[in-house]
Amino acid sequence: MIDAGEVARRAGLGGRTNTIMQTCFFAISGVLPREAALAKIRGAIEKSYAVKGREVVRKNFEAVDLTLSSLARVPVPEAVTSRRYRLPLVGDHAPPFVREVTARMMAGRGDELPVSAFPVDGTYPSGTARWEKRGISRVVPVWEPDVCIQCGNCSLVCPHAVIRAKFYPDKRLEGAPAPWKSAPIDARGFPEIRYSLQVYVDDCTGCALCVEVCPARDKQDSSRRAINMAAKDPVVAAERENIQFFESLPWNDRSRVDFSTVRGAQFLEPLFEFSGACAGCGETPYLKLASQLFGDRMVTANATGCSSIYGGNLPTTPWAKNAAGRGPAWSNSLFEDNAEFGLGLRLAADAHLEQARGLALELQDLIGRELVAEILGAKQRLESELRAQRARVDELKKRLTARAGPRPLALLSVADHLVRRSVWIVGGDGWAYDIGAGGLDHVLASGRDVNVLVLDTEVYSNTGGQASKATPLAAVAKFSAGGKSTGKKDLALQAISYGDVYVARVAFGANPQQTLLALREAEAYPGPSLVIAYSHCIAHGINMQHGLSQQSLAVSSGYWPLLRYNPAARASGENPFSLDSGAPRTRFREYAYNELRYRMLQQASPTHAEELMKRAEEAVTRRWATYAEMAGRGG
Amino acid sequence: MVDLSTRYMGLPLEHPLVASAGPLTKELDGIKRLEDGGAAAIVMFSLFEEQIRHEAAAAEHLSEVGSESFAESLSYFPSIGGFQVGPERYLELVRRARESVGVPIIASLNGSSDDGWVEYARLLCQAGAAAIELNVYFVPADPSLTGANVEQRYLDILGAVRSEVPVPVAIKLGPFFSSFANMAKRLDDAGADGLVLFNRFYQPDFDLERREVVPALELSTPREARLPLLWLGVLHGQLRASLAASTGVESPVEVVKYLLAGADVVMTTSSLLRHGAGHLAELRAGLETWLSAHDYASVAQARGSMSHRKVSDPTAFERGNYVRALESYDSRRPSR
Repeated sequence: MIDAGEVARRAGLGGRTNTIMQTCFFAISGVLPREAALAKIRGAIEKSYAVKGREVVRKNFEAVDLTLSSLARVPVPEAVTSRRYRLPLVGDHAPPFVREVTARMMAGRGDELPVSAFPVDGTYPSGTARWEKRGISRVVPVWEPDVCIQCGNCSLVCPHAVIRAKFYPDKRLEGAPAPWKSAPIDARGFPEIRYSLQVYVDDCTGCALCVEVCPARDKQDSSRRAINMAAKDPVVAAERENIQFFESLPWNDRSRVDFSTVRGAQFLEPLFEFSGACAGCGETPYLKLASQLFGDRMVTANATGCSSIYGGNLPTTPWAKNAAGRGPAWSNSLFEDNAEFGLGLRLAADAHLEQARGLALELQDLIGRELVAEILGAKQRLESELRAQRARVDELKKRLTARAGPRPLALLSVADHLVRRSVWIVGGDGWAYDIGAGGLDHVLASGRDVNVLVLDTEVYSNTGGQASKATPLAAVAKFSAGGKSTGKKDLALQAISYGDVYVARVAFGANPQQTLLALREAEAYPGPSLVIAYSHCIAHGINMQHGLSQQSLAVSSGYWPLLRYNPAARASGENPFSLDSGAPRTRFREYAYNELRYRMLQQASPTHAEELMKRAEEAVTRRWATYAEMAGRGG
Repeated sequence: MVDLSTRYMGLPLEHPLVASAGPLTKELDGIKRLEDGGAAAIVMFSLFEEQIRHEAAAAEHLSEVGSESFAESLSYFPSIGGFQVGPERYLELVRRARESVGVPIIASLNGSSDDGWVEYARLLCQAGAAAIELNVYFVPADPSLTGANVEQRYLDILGAVRSEVPVPVAIKLGPFFSSFANMAKRLDDAGADGLVLFNRFYQPDFDLERREVVPALELSTPREARLPLLWLGVLHGQLRASLAASTGVESPVEVVKYLLAGADVVMTTSSLLRHGAGHLAELRAGLETWLSAHDYASVAQARGSMSHRKVSDPTAFERGNYVRALESYDSRRPSR
């Protein structure tokens, strides 16, 4: 037996255990004489890793020695005496479909399922990732209520929706389990309201972004924040108990939540949760936030790429639904037609809406004129207005259910479209800048009410970091191993040139409030909207725990200026273009050389790297001048 | 014409102004600029073993994250020839510097393991370093570590490297020893070819808003020259090893003071970062002017002329100077 992970960590190999397991095999298998085998392993290490430098070779040599001293013989007992058992793949309280279909596929027995087990219409149940409970991290965040300032930052940045907040009357504490934590809510005038933050420990990937973003410090020990990573084993039982209680508390009433602040938005239920994205993913917080804001009426067309893989990774999906059964409808079409696919969803929703409006007018005597007038004349921009409309539509459906006949039935089938749909077209830079660029351009020029979210990792992440037209000058990527020698396309300026497209460039790690504002403005704008979102990624070659500080540096260096272009501002005589970040105050290279994608070239070819870096810095300066001029124009 | 020549660890130098380890030596262009600016020798920026190990581990880890984990991608970075994180780039720079400039290139090494000090020192020699400066940057934060333990660590490092490399070895020290003169003597006895006074320990600062410890790096100022000046004066003439003055050089004034105290060479980085490599020529001209104006024929004649042994009142270097300083401070205070 060997704890290969621990040996790898001690030898400085990170999570790589190949050298260790190979050594184990040859040390105990007897395939070759032990010493001869070990000599060959060392020879192979020298040959394989020499190109990576002597330090890598040395560490692998050390790993061999450590492996040999860590291998332990375990006698096999006559009978099994352990009282520890594997947890069931999914809990007993899972829905029947999850127990009977999803769980069998998770167990690798999907081939045994009959075709009749699957939905007949091509749809697939959502909210299934929550049953996976992968338990992949040995460390998890632990909340400290006495230090917490309830800002919501940890919850916002959590890529897997593992950290959630609720407030509730203190009388609910009566049923709380012993380890339950809470604090008085940090708001004047609500002495009877408690606040709790819950960590879903079995779904945590251990990325620690939550700790990085936490601004609160213990007054007597500055190393202790309001949330800190700690070993999972000692807390897991208590937290499982807490999660059950947390789930028994209702989600906060959306009409009592302030959507306009990060803190407020984190009281909204995430309808994108527990995805299989990388630990520390820079894309998923945007999707999670969108699902919190618009999820119960969201329809998403997703381009192929990372977001389509973690978004619809059979047998589960992270797209979820609320207690009323409402959640985002999601589909993945192709790389090359996603924008058009999303536009089709818009057109279909519009057609259904027109159909519903026509039928409602036709049947108004049957339904009630007053109700129909209210439904057809309803404003649906604010959450309270949407809530009222949903109540009206529920009433409409109730009245229709009581009536027989093809026309009422036809209206019943499209009645839900009377609540405003929020159509989102989502994808990465490979789709938006490259393969789907033509389609995206057509859709932005269509004038239709669609919201485009580009999760910009600056490479084709899902297929292994190939360069796209979003890849920045001077960075190394596959197909651009000598450093990209051309600049990144300015997709924002392209879209702005239409004049009637809402455009925003955001980076939640640099300014989460601006991200929130941009998503809400984009959704509210009654035409095409484009939000380009900085998404740090493993393909950047960073410690993902520092993804947020890299986002801040990208912005402070002027490389990723935060902006919003809102054509609606023109109506009030204002300049539609606003720069939401200040003039560059750090050098581009201070940001860039924290990332392996830039540093690799600097190491391998310093002179060439310097040439490209100078050009990249000049490009940053030039573009800032352009933006500053645009921001200075009158309305 | 004043003879400015000197010797440092047996290396003949045209004059005593040496560019000390700093960021200007990180690229070949910078090294060439220092030679063009007039450096008599150049100490390269420090090769940090710990940093190299850390960076190698980080680069290996970061380039492998996600590899062979997803169905659609076996890796996330291209394979780039020449991309290595290790001492190779530093060694290559030493080689190229050696080929490109005429003045001696002294490699600076900060090790973190016993093997590392020796292995890297040997590699630096093979790359062509004319000498090696051991940059023992070590903060003994462990309360169980005694002063004797710390001193022995310095001696062990020096001894291990000294016995393995054929080129001269200098050791750069901080001033924080109970008996600095004794420590210097023991290092001299252990075979140090040069002592560099002093290493500046960069003291971290606090960011009060974020409540975090942050690195703080400030260029040295002439006020900091007084401590090295004291110990150079004390040590001059008592050791076999060469003495290098470092810290606080801004103008020819500090250069002259250091030489009069007993330094064989005077090193500077801060002034070059402030004024550019060309400042070396100004320092040299200023030195020559001062020597000439005061009728010195050579640096050798001036060196150590105000050292502990030579000044008329040696107590000026010891307690007497302290008392006088207090008295003079007291006399400046306004009377009540």
